[in-house]
Amino acid sequence: MLRVKNINTYYGKVHALKNVSLHLNRGEIVALIGANGAGKTTVLNSISALTPPASGEVLFENEPLGVMGADKVVRLGISQVPEGRQIFKPLSVEDNLELGAYLRYRGREGKDAIRKDLEGIYELFPRLLERKRQIAGTLSGGEQQMLAIGRALMARPKLMLLDEPSMGLAPLVVQEIFRVIETLRAEQGTTILLVEQNAKAALKIADRGYVLETGKIILEEKATELLNNREVQRAYLGKDKKEIWER
Amino acid sequence: MKRELLKFLLFAIVVSVVPAFVSGGYLLNVLVFVGIFTMLAVALNLLLGFAGQISLGQAAFYGLGAYMSGVLTASHGMNPWVAMLIGAGAVGLLTFVLGFPILRLKGHSLAMATLGLGIIVYIFFNETVDVTGGPSGLSGIPNLTVGSFVFDSDLKNYYLIWGFALLAILLAVNLTNSRIGRALKAIHQSEVAARVLGVDVHLLKVEIFTISGVLSAIAGSLYAHTVMFISPTSFGFNVSIELLTMVIIGGLGSIYGSVLGAALLTLLPELLRTFQDYDIIVYGLLLILMTMFMPGGLVRGIPDAAVALYGKLKGGGADVER
Repeated sequence: MLRVKNINTYYGKVHALKNVSLHLNRGEIVALIGANGAGKTTVLNSISALTPPASGEVLFENEPLGVMGADKVVRLGISQVPEGRQIFKPLSVEDNLELGAYLRYRGREGKDAIRKDLEGIYELFPRLLERKRQIAGTLSGGEQQMLAIGRALMARPKLMLLDEPSMGLAPLVVQEIFRVIETLRAEQGTTILLVEQNAKAALKIADRGYVLETGKIILEEKATELLNNREVQRAYLGKDKKEIWER
Repeated sequence: MKRELLKFLLFAIVVSVVPAFVSGGYLLNVLVFVGIFTMLAVALNLLLGFAGQISLGQAAFYGLGAYMSGVLTASHGMNPWVAMLIGAGAVGLLTFVLGFPILRLKGHSLAMATLGLGIIVYIFFNETVDVTGGPSGLSGIPNLTVGSFVFDSDLKNYYLIWGFALLAILLAVNLTNSRIGRALKAIHQSEVAARVLGVDVHLLKVEIFTISGVLSAIAGSLYAHTVMFISPTSFGFNVSIELLTMVIIGGLGSIYGSVLGAALLTLLPELLRTFQDYDIIVYGLLLILMTMFMPGGLVRGIPDAAVALYGKLKGGGADVER
């Protein structure tokens, strides 16, 4: 469904991504893990054309995304939940969600379809329904994350790019968010590319995983294998060498 | 939306009955200018209050509209309505073309670029003496007419200009309550988030810049045909700052706040004639005080202050939540 081929992305002179390639099959959840500054967010931004790659190719359903603006990428069915949630704080919860459907208001489906999707989001996150008139900035961290995901869903994406959904959230809330991600795939067949610091939680729900280190993909395997990979365990899953070797 | 429409109708009724209570031509004449500045403030508010993009060059578009109308009618005998249309179209084209490079800038750089634009246009008015009459101004601009009806009195001009101002307000209210309005507020908050939702941020900024420019140009044309004389000082840097003050005093992102700001800042100097040349200092002070004590502008600030005062009087002194 998505094929990223040998992309190189720069921030000015900084070479942030070096020949990164990855792919996603329809209906897959793929985790992208790596340390701070490895380039995880840059991978997502390169796909969504926020920071278009300087070379290489991104193909979505065999269409190249390279030369398009970020809005065209959304139109094709890729939604990104940006790092740090980036909800529109002074606007109401419902306004935030309606903004997610920004490109659909001009489409043929009409406002009823959008209304229906809105109800779908409220079903998925009942907490947002209770607070739909509330100013988004007054929501808790977890609710804001739900809102960010709901907002992205309003575009009816085929592929969702999730950037650190667990950032700054309590463990219980993280569990809830990850449950929703699994539900999305199960019920709507949404394909998901998940970037996470919380590698363990991400790999638990993912089918496959990629490990990114200083702008390069160094490993690609099934999620279960990555969870058992000793090098990954040591570097990203918080188990130190002793624990592994003395087992 | 229904409530917005009701608010608008109420406001329109108030505007249309005001002349009945105003005795004497002088105050009515001032109210005509309130109408013109309302259009200008609403235009700037769309850009600054909703999309969060600053412009310190609004007076340039206002002036270009006025001079296009003035020169085309006074020197070339063109029909004023056609001249107004050409002025609005030309400024629209200019802002659209200039908007692409200028609105790539953000914050201070954007302020500087628009400031520069305003100054360039001001110098242009002064120096092209053959066309604009230079510093001594351009006179002989005719009044607007419809058939044999001439807008030559304050009362007639009042209804003409407030008709346009009401249209501008209606346009702004409609725009800001639509999906475009939401998108503008989104840009204001987080451009990244707006972009990942599919908002073409740059194009939308350019479009709103253009709308703001066209509205200002029309206000300029109306000014030229009402006053029948224009000179560069009416379109200098001071005017841009004055507009900024109106929008901030009224309340960023509040359309009716802009009306209030325009009214206050047009009426105040008339009432307090002593300020005269020091008006810019008063504007500066007002700006500082407003941003410090009423960052939401009068429209939000006064109710908040009233609630706070009420709380204090009751003896509770509890903090008022926004």
